[in-house]
Amino acid sequence: MYQYTEFDKAFVLSRAAQFRDQLERWQDGRLSEDAFRPLRLQNGWYVQRHAPMLRVAVPYGELSSAQLRVLARIARDYDNPDPEVYAQAAYAQRKLGTTHLPTHSAHFTTRTNVQFNWIPLARAADVMDLLASVDMHGIQTSGNCIRNISCDERAGVAPDEIADPRPFAELMRQWTTLHPEFAYLPRKFKIAVTGAAEDRAATDWHDVGLRLVHDEAGALGFRVTAGGGMGRTPMIGVVLREFLPWQQIMNYIEAIVRVYNRYGRRDNKYKARIKILVKAEGQRYIDDVEDEFRQIVEHDGGPHTIAQSELERVAAAFVAPARRTQREAEHTSGTTASADHPRFTRWLQRNVAPHKDPSLRIVTLSFKRLGQAPGDASAVQLERLADLADRFSAGEARVTHTQNIVLPWVAADELFALWEAANALGFASTNVGLLTDIIACPGGDFCALANARSIPVAQALAERYQDLDELDDIGEVDVHVSGCINSCGHHHSGHIGVLGVDKDGREWYQITLGGSDGSVGSGAAQPGKVIGPSFSAAEVPDVVEAILATYRDSREHRGEGRYERFIETVRRIGLEPFKMAANDARTKGEVLA
Amino acid sequence: MTNLPPLQIYTPETAGEAPEPGVLKLANDADPMELAGKLEEIERIELHFPHFTDGRAYSQAYLLRRRLSFSGDLRATGDVQIDQLLQMARTGFSSVVLNEGLAPADAARQLERFAGFYQRDYRGSDTGRRD
Repeated sequence: MYQYTEFDKAFVLSRAAQFRDQLERWQDGRLSEDAFRPLRLQNGWYVQRHAPMLRVAVPYGELSSAQLRVLARIARDYDNPDPEVYAQAAYAQRKLGTTHLPTHSAHFTTRTNVQFNWIPLARAADVMDLLASVDMHGIQTSGNCIRNISCDERAGVAPDEIADPRPFAELMRQWTTLHPEFAYLPRKFKIAVTGAAEDRAATDWHDVGLRLVHDEAGALGFRVTAGGGMGRTPMIGVVLREFLPWQQIMNYIEAIVRVYNRYGRRDNKYKARIKILVKAEGQRYIDDVEDEFRQIVEHDGGPHTIAQSELERVAAAFVAPARRTQREAEHTSGTTASADHPRFTRWLQRNVAPHKDPSLRIVTLSFKRLGQAPGDASAVQLERLADLADRFSAGEARVTHTQNIVLPWVAADELFALWEAANALGFASTNVGLLTDIIACPGGDFCALANARSIPVAQALAERYQDLDELDDIGEVDVHVSGCINSCGHHHSGHIGVLGVDKDGREWYQITLGGSDGSVGSGAAQPGKVIGPSFSAAEVPDVVEAILATYRDSREHRGEGRYERFIETVRRIGLEPFKMAANDARTKGEVLA
Repeated sequence: MTNLPPLQIYTPETAGEAPEPGVLKLANDADPMELAGKLEEIERIELHFPHFTDGRAYSQAYLLRRRLSFSGDLRATGDVQIDQLLQMARTGFSSVVLNEGLAPADAARQLERFAGFYQRDYRGSDTGRRD
C-alpha cells in the first residue's frame, strides 16, 4: 500500500490542526453554524439523525494493521455517545421496531471508507489527531468537492490487470486534495479508477469513471466517462474519450471539473450533479471539455502533465510486501492436504480468488452475518482483523465496495490456517457474491436523510437464507438496499434493488430488478426497473422469496449442474413473471400507489 | 514556509465604498473569456461570492489570471469568510473584502496553516512541497 512521505504526514497534521481551530471557533461562537458546516463536512463530519457521523477516508480501501488498530481504538474509546443521546436514540428507534442500535463499532461503506456513528463533536479534533498519527484523515469524504477516489479492491494484485490503477489514483488524490479552485463545486464529485479487464469499481456509475486501456499501438491510457450517478436520476456515464494517454489525465480531469464548476446548476441540489449537466448539454458539454482541455495543454502549458519520473516516484511508494518474492518459487502445498474439509472447500471456491503472483491468493472475509449490519465491525473485530492481516497478509487489509474485507497477500499454503482463524472469528462465511452478501446503507437507524430503515431488511433476508446449500443453489445475486433515493446502498445497481420510501410516516419498500454495477457477471452497468407498487417491510422477505422461486422455476440448465444466473434469467424472460409472483406475495392488500 | 501569493485583506470599513474608475464588477455567472482584449484600462476586477459555498468565482479568477494574463487587482467581494482565503490567494485573488464583523488578524492566521500544497497555484509556482 501507499507509504506516506514526510510531506504527506506534515500535510495531514496541518489539516488536523486547522480543523481543531475551526471547531474551537465554532464552539465559542466566532464561526457560525452556516460557515462551519461545509468545513466540517470536508473533514468528514456530518450531523446525523441522533449524533454526529465521521467518515474516514480510506484511499483505494487500503488499511494497514496499524491503521486498523487505531480505528479499533476510536471505536472502543470514542464511538461512545453520551448516555442521554443514546437513550433518546434508542427510544426513537424502538418505536420503529429497532431493538439493537450498536455503538463502539465502525462501518465499511460502498466507497471503501470507514464510518463511525456516535463520536461526540466535542471530541472530533482529538479523533482527527489520532487518525493523523497513522496517516489518516477525513479530507473531502463529504461536501461539494472531489471526494475520495475509489479503486478496485484487487488493484495491483489481480491477474486480469492491464496496469495498476493505484499510482494514477494516488496522483489524482494528491492533485484533488485541497484543490483551491474546486472546493465548492455545485455538488459532490466522485471518481473511480480501475486497471483491470473486469470493472469491479462500478466506474460507469461515477461522475468520472476511468479504465486503464491500451490503444492499438499498445500505449497505455484511459477510457474516460463522465456523468454517471445514482440518486433520483440514475445515469450511466457517457464516454468522453475511448483513449486518452495517461500523461494527460490530470489536465483532462481539470477540464471536466472546470466546465462543471462554471456551468453546473446551483439552483436546485437535486439537479446539481454533473450527470444533469452532461444530460442537458450532451455533445456541447463534451465539446466544451475538449476545448478547455486544449486550452490547458496549449495555452497553460499542460501544468498537470504527468512525467514518467513522477509516475515512477508515486508507483514506488506502493510497496509490495517482500514475502511475495520469497515465495515466488513455492506453490500450493498445505492446501490440498486439508481440502477434504467440506466447509473449507466451499470457502476456497467462494472466498478465494487468484492472485497475479501464483503463490499467493486474494481472500475475502465476509462481514455479512447474523446480528450485525452489513459492513459493521466492532472494536474487538477490528483488532482481530489487524491480527489476521499481520499474520496472513503482510499487514494489509482492504475494504471492498461490497462492504467486506479483502486480504490481498495470502500465501496459498496458509489458506487453511487462515480459514481456521477467520472461522473462529466469524469472518469466514461463504456467502461472498451470494444472496446474503447484501449491500446496505445505514438507513433510518442512523441517517438523517433516510425514509426507511435498511439494516432490518438486510437482517430479515439474512435470517431467512441461512442454508448454505440453498444459497449456493440460488447462486450469484446482488441485493442492494438503500434507505432513500440518495442511493448510498446502490439499489439502482442491484440485481434486486430495495429502496426505502416513506408513506404517512410508515416504511415502505420499492423493489427493482435487473440493475447492474458493470461487473462481468452482471453485464453492462444499468439501473434496475421498478416492479410495481411498494411493499411493507414485513412483505419484503416474502417478495424476494417469490422472485427467487420464479427464477428457480424459469432458469435454464447450462450443463454439469450449472444454471444461468439470476440476472441472466431476468434479462431473458423480462420482468412480468417476477412482477406477478411479487404481487401474489402481498399479504394485507394494502397497496401504496 | 509556503510561497503563497500575497493577499491584501480589507474590511468593509477599510475597503471604501465609492465606485472607482478602472474597476470592473463581474457577475459570477459571466464568462471572463469575453473580456479578452478589453483588460488594458482595467485596474481592478471584483468577483462576487453570493454565498461562500458558490465556487464559480474561483474558476473565473483562474481564467482571468492564467488565460487572460490579467495583472491588476483581483478582488473577492460578497460572502467572504476567513476559512476560504487560502483558496482565494491560490486561485489568483490579490485582495478580499471580508464579511461584516470578521477580524483581519484572525484572517491572516488562516493563510499560514500549510507549509506547502499538492498542486501549483494559478501562477504555476512551486508548491512548497518537499518529498
